[in-house]
Amino acid sequence: MVETLLQGLLLGGLYCLFALGQSLMFGVMRLTNTAQGDFIILGSFAAIAGMNALAALGWNNGFASFLVMLALVPLAFAFGYALQRWVLNGTLGRDPLPSLVVTFGLSIVIQNLLLELFSADPRSIETGGLNTASITLPAGLAIGVLPLAIFAVALVATGALQWLFNGTRLGRAFRAVSDDKEIAELMGLNSNTVYALATAIAFVLIALAGVLQGMRTTVSPADGPLLLLFAFEAVIIGGMGSFWGTFAGALLLGITQQIGFRIDPGWGIWIGHVVFLIVLVLRPQGLFPKTRG
Amino acid sequence: MTALLQASGLTAFYGDAQALFGIDFELNAGETVAIIGGNGAGKSTFLKALTGLVRSRPDQIRFDGETIGGLPPGEIVKRGIALVPEGRRLFASLSVEENLLMGAFAQRPGPWSLQRLFKLFPILEQKRALPGTALSGGQQQMVAIGRALMSNPTVLLCDELSLGLAPIVIKEIYDALPAICAEGMTAVIVEQDVSMAQRMSRRIYCFQEGRVALQGASDSLTREQISQAYFGV
Repeated sequence: MVETLLQGLLLGGLYCLFALGQSLMFGVMRLTNTAQGDFIILGSFAAIAGMNALAALGWNNGFASFLVMLALVPLAFAFGYALQRWVLNGTLGRDPLPSLVVTFGLSIVIQNLLLELFSADPRSIETGGLNTASITLPAGLAIGVLPLAIFAVALVATGALQWLFNGTRLGRAFRAVSDDKEIAELMGLNSNTVYALATAIAFVLIALAGVLQGMRTTVSPADGPLLLLFAFEAVIIGGMGSFWGTFAGALLLGITQQIGFRIDPGWGIWIGHVVFLIVLVLRPQGLFPKTRG
Repeated sequence: MTALLQASGLTAFYGDAQALFGIDFELNAGETVAIIGGNGAGKSTFLKALTGLVRSRPDQIRFDGETIGGLPPGEIVKRGIALVPEGRRLFASLSVEENLLMGAFAQRPGPWSLQRLFKLFPILEQKRALPGTALSGGQQQMVAIGRALMSNPTVLLCDELSLGLAPIVIKEIYDALPAICAEGMTAVIVEQDVSMAQRMSRRIYCFQEGRVALQGASDSLTREQISQAYFGV
């Protein structure tokens, strides 16, 4: 049982990374990105393509992998900024439908683009054995080094995001435009720029999630919608717009899935969905709603 | 004397509905002007047009010798016009101190700082860590005024400071206004309480259905003139 809980926590760490970008975008702009999962897969394939390119140049080692990941951060930031500034800002308003339709359209475009470029074959990021390394714990328990590292990254990313929101001038701007866009603009803020910065940060997290997912398992162009589902469930269980809530929601989802897998290998995913539905019915605002200082 | 802030034939629309019909308005440096009028007279829309929240044509508003009509709100506040909005509209997820600091985003130099505001409204220093919306109505109004002052404006626009407040609180708020204006601040106050508006201002504009129905020196306008312009009878 302890091992199941432990594996569930570690799986939850990965789900947290899937969900943090979604939580940030919803918290600041009330924008639901239905292409979240596909952008994560796009991040995985961008890393795979980068490593293939370096391998073709004769660079095929750990340093090359590190270089690709480093390059992905500014690329994801710039891509997120541009996407929000010139595409998604035009869909924002009282009606949530335009943003849903546009991101749904982007989801279809990304899936087909990846199919065209990489085929439907599953691929993964070479980790040099990191994904099979494990640490032995007392009582015969063992945990994977990579899942543990992913959990640590999720923990740090959640803490950093909460600090950014509550402890910085940019975070104050995020909360102000989220509360009252019109008055925030009266204070001298450009809400379009603030929104673009929020999405830029969300896309860095998305790229990070994509790389770690590609390191942990295989990815294929059609995987995005399932990842979106896990991200949604984590965000809704935790409470829309709350980062530690998202973290807690992701852990709960991971643990329930692992318990389901232990009962029967075919039950894990749907037991997670059942828990999500129970939370949605009993506490639709989530367990820890809305990020507050 | 050239007016510091001037509106010439200002028109404003909400979609297809016209809210202002050719407003002519002048505000000289250092003076306090009141705008009175009933509900729907266009007072708040006028302030929104001055601050860029409602679009206007470039040549319809001049500030400090330059046309500012049609500029975005952020650009107008950077030039020195700040608004205390109707209903306070504090940022719900920000503390009192954070709400005040939001006013400083425009980064204009000037005398107003957190310390100076806490001297003007000492109660805010005690409650600086509380959410802005956890305060009483009067204290929230102090935060809204303080937030506008933190941008170190040349012109302060106040929209219905007394709205929803008890008389004793209204007095406390308006007692602070002379101290604010003593620094040479130019102010426009929109007020439904005519007596208060006359007491606080040098000149009065009375709006009716999006037009200026009456204007003049506050101490020279009679009750009958104001009643006629206010109610249109």
